[in-house]
Amino acid sequence: MTAIDLSGVSKAYDGNPVLIGVDLAMEEDEILAIIGPSGVGKTTLLRLASGLERPDSGTVAILGTPLTYVNGRDLPLKRHMAFILQKPVAFKETVSENVAYGLKVRDIDDTEDLVAHALEAVGLAEMGDRMATRLSGGEMQRMAFARATVFEPSILLLDEFTANLDPQNVGVLERAVIAYQRERNATVVIVTHNLFQARRISTRTTLLLGGRLVETGPTERIFEEPEDERTRAFVSGEMVF
Amino acid sequence: MASELLYVTALTLAVSGTATLIASLIGVPLGSRLALRETVGGRAIKVFLYTMYGFPPVLAGLIVYLMLSNDGPLGFLDLLFTPGAMIVAQVLLITPIVMGLTLSAVSEVGPEVKDTAKTLGADERQISRTVLRGARVGVITAVMVGFGRAIAEVGAVIIVGGNIQWHTRVLTTAIVLETRRGNFEYAVVLGAILLVIALSVYLVLSYYQERDRR
Ligand SMILES: Nc1ncnc2c1ncn2[C@@H]1O[C@H](COP(=O)(O)OP(=O)(O)OP(=O)(O)O)[C@@H](O)[C@H]1O
Ligand SMILES: [Mg+2]
Repeated sequence: MTAIDLSGVSKAYDGNPVLIGVDLAMEEDEILAIIGPSGVGKTTLLRLASGLERPDSGTVAILGTPLTYVNGRDLPLKRHMAFILQKPVAFKETVSENVAYGLKVRDIDDTEDLVAHALEAVGLAEMGDRMATRLSGGEMQRMAFARATVFEPSILLLDEFTANLDPQNVGVLERAVIAYQRERNATVVIVTHNLFQARRISTRTTLLLGGRLVETGPTERIFEEPEDERTRAFVSGEMVF
Repeated sequence: MASELLYVTALTLAVSGTATLIASLIGVPLGSRLALRETVGGRAIKVFLYTMYGFPPVLAGLIVYLMLSNDGPLGFLDLLFTPGAMIVAQVLLITPIVMGLTLSAVSEVGPEVKDTAKTLGADERQISRTVLRGARVGVITAVMVGFGRAIAEVGAVIIVGGNIQWHTRVLTTAIVLETRRGNFEYAVVLGAILLVIALSVYLVLSYYQERDRR
């Protein structure tokens, strides 16, 4: 089944169109990379896919059911997914309390082992009692990953999840993403500036330009034999913005 | 004299404490609600609240006096020149402050926190609770500022309370009277007690702020 299906989705801010009739199926058991220049609407696309934002027109369906945007009605669907925002924020609590959040809102009270396990997966096993607002950039991103995966969503949306991190943190997080995806046959969608990262970890790639998806296909093919001239220019770095 | 001092202090704390409690029970939920939800006329309410910060206490006293006087609409309550009247006047004065500061504190938490809660599967109530938790120090500040304003206030309580010995005399109104009588030493002692109370409030507040900054 298609995890998230966007069809004919358009979105404008203050009259400026950002997305124009976008069709995109995010499939089960894949890592899909959304690439494109800064300001093109990648974050907007994820916000629409997650239901945080409502499209001006078109529909977004999660696991086959269209979102209604009626107060509370979409919640059971949305609880199948987690979305790590481009700039993750910590709740003013400890690291453990932050990570337990998604469990608590699902009325799961026995969180200790699950939280410990999630923290361990990103190398934060010793940090549980620290104040989350005090974490470094890399620790924060790792905590955000633990917090988003602890309740085992089948769909995981990641917006620049390694931006501004050192190679070691990038490695930890990329491995965690791949492991998570494999273990659960999850749908993972990453938005990234880093073309190398898209190549390293995604199975499929799509390029967003001028409000439309220019080309979508297996990552290998997008990078090796792009069909669209704009894709070729973008992945080879010739396209300057 | 010592027992009167004790009485005046206790009454001050009781009146302003009760007024703060009532103002908080009204102002904190309403202020939070205004911050969390788009409300019709929300902007106008905000402007009104901020205007009320500078509302002259004497005027509040006069309004409450007129309401509670024998000919007033609430005259039947027989509250004029009782501690109850003083509480009403203080509630009127500080509710906008508590509500406005709560509104600011909750608004300051920012949409990212709300979005984060949503992306982790929180429902509307859980989102609100999360935002409020994020604003807790601001909300405590709002309550403390309201209390501070209440105990320091003199204009309104002297009008509606009447500064009656053993009945409605509080620290501020006692200072006014003793100064006028030339009992400066006693007035200074009363002033010192007022300062100590204000300082204690500040200490409690900074404890919470410090703890939150860990
Ligand atoms: N809430 C908003 N109000 C107004 N304009 C917005 C809003 N959100 C996004 N935009 C605009 O929409 C466009 C797309 O923004 P978006 O954040 O989706 O870009 P992006 O591709 O994620 O960029 P980056 O790679 O820099 O993160 C930008 O021009 C941005 O200024
Ligand atoms: Mg973005």
